[in-house]
Amino acid sequence: MTHTLQVEGLSTHFDTRAGLVKAVDNVSFHIDRGEVLGLVGESGSGKSVTGFSLLGLVDSPGRIAAGRILFQGGNLVGLPEPELRALRGNRIAMIFQDPMMTLNPVLRIDTQMMETVHAHANVSAAEARTRARDALGQVGIPSPDERLHAYPHQFSGGMRQRVAIAIALLHRPDLIIADEPTTALDVTIQAQILAEVQKLARDNGTALMWITHDLSVVAGLADRIAVMYAGRIVETGSVTAVLDRPMHPYTAGLIGSVPSRNRRGTRLRQIPGMTPSLIDLPEGCAFRTRCPRADAACARDPQDSHPTADRTLRCFHPHLDFEA
Amino acid sequence: MTSWLLRRLIQALFVVLAMTVIVFLGVNVIGNPVDILISPQADQAERARAIIALGLDRPIWEQYGTFLWSAMQGDLGKSFVFNEPALRLIASRMPATLELAVTAVLLSIVLGIPLGLYAGLRPQSLGGRLIMAGSIFGFSLPTFWVGLMLIMVFAVQLGWLPSTGRGQTETLFGVPWSFLTRDGLAHMVMPATNLALGNIALVLRLTRAGVRETLPMDYIKFARAKGLGPARVLFVHVMKNILIPIVTVIGLEFGSIIAFAVVTESVFAWPGMGKLIIDSINVLDRPVIVAYLMMIVFLFIFINLIVDLLYTVLDPRVRLDSRE
Repeated sequence: MTHTLQVEGLSTHFDTRAGLVKAVDNVSFHIDRGEVLGLVGESGSGKSVTGFSLLGLVDSPGRIAAGRILFQGGNLVGLPEPELRALRGNRIAMIFQDPMMTLNPVLRIDTQMMETVHAHANVSAAEARTRARDALGQVGIPSPDERLHAYPHQFSGGMRQRVAIAIALLHRPDLIIADEPTTALDVTIQAQILAEVQKLARDNGTALMWITHDLSVVAGLADRIAVMYAGRIVETGSVTAVLDRPMHPYTAGLIGSVPSRNRRGTRLRQIPGMTPSLIDLPEGCAFRTRCPRADAACARDPQDSHPTADRTLRCFHPHLDFEA
Repeated sequence: MTSWLLRRLIQALFVVLAMTVIVFLGVNVIGNPVDILISPQADQAERARAIIALGLDRPIWEQYGTFLWSAMQGDLGKSFVFNEPALRLIASRMPATLELAVTAVLLSIVLGIPLGLYAGLRPQSLGGRLIMAGSIFGFSLPTFWVGLMLIMVFAVQLGWLPSTGRGQTETLFGVPWSFLTRDGLAHMVMPATNLALGNIALVLRLTRAGVRETLPMDYIKFARAKGLGPARVLFVHVMKNILIPIVTVIGLEFGSIIAFAVVTESVFAWPGMGKLIIDSINVLDRPVIVAYLMMIVFLFIFINLIVDLLYTVLDPRVRLDSRE
């Protein structure tokens, strides 16, 4: 069975005045139908650029330097713009981070929804309006008929994100890329939206790529997880496996620095140092300057290994001894 | 809406009132019309008669009172020179200026916006750079000099275009217009271009700045992620956002083009209001000067009102009633 999305060795580089920035460097992962993949990493680790690369929306000076993006078996890299456009919003949809910024402030909701319908389906205006209204109803917006006539500023942040999600759902896409869509929202709204998106994805068999820096979100939502550091994926695996037994020292550090009730009263652990600048990364493993387990071997590039069947790991000195 | 309009009208009334004082006093400072109007050979008795006939013997506050009283009845006084109501004199010259100003504004929209869009979308291209460099000439070269150069090249050297007057006119609604005849249009080409040059540059730069500012916005990227074509993104999503400052500037510029077409009209001997006001200032024809300035005040108030109303069409976040 082909994966809904299979990314192989994807590299997205930015030619800047200061030098070549490898925002995404040799990244590989896959998502299956109905599966939720959590892509986790700090700010600037290349999560969002990975998402934009999938849609072919990396703006100059950025470019996809290498790799293949196989969507339902077909490679998207190098596909002409009109063909990519036919996929965007149709088979692959994206939800952005900041709901206050994703809707055009001067266009009514119905305009912004109906234009999306018309971009991919040759239907009448009345039919487009019906679809838009149904999508709004589906994401839990009350009295969708009236709300269609509203402008974005008449909605709250949570409601705007629901509208953005409704737009993403209009064509029942096979893949939704969600770029930290709940980061800007209240925790209660966040929980509601998470639950709804999960249900919608499950009902429609949509593959979901959830980009976030919030491990607690991933824990409740994702089936599998990919941890990204400095443009590279350092560890992948099922959510339970990775969160319970992190093998990469970076993943372990991340999980260790989440506040927990069980460790009340002790100092919160943290990863020493700062994320390195993508312009001059350390040779070899990018994490070695902050890693407690690093030694001379880490100056070489670590290769992917598979400690268990469903896990990928990129480290010379992984935590493999959990009983110890 | 109604209460907003009412408030605006009351404000406008005060502006007009303040202007009458300033204009009336100002006109009294620039010189005594009697010195110019009466031949130097006239004797003392003749001189006194003329002063009484013009009403200049009375104290200035009384003159002002009389002026205000008749102004409220729609009478702005008779021209000292033409012995005709000043307002009718101005009205008879208005169509010439109006058609010149409208043509100039149309030119700046038709040329300025597309050039600005191009320069905004391709800021690094040769074309984009040339447009920006050219626009500097557009607003920094003095109008009169450009006018003279146009005449030198196109009328004197090449002999392609006529350089003075309105040419053949055709009557529409009882008013003679130049734009209805071929010859009249030929006469309009140079003065309209001359008048438009600075505005083309202004609209162009404003459009470019708007495009540069809007393109990186999230909602533009979201529109692209929905699968919309580049034309839809540019002409709907970008355009509607940048139109607000452009409409403001075009509105205000339309006012100043009408008010200050003086230079162009003088250079091209265009028989419009600008030429009338210059002639009137030369002979200190007070009623015409006052009437002209009052008319300009009304014009600006009216244009500002229209621009404010247009805002509500362009930007849904603008509501004229504060209570809504």
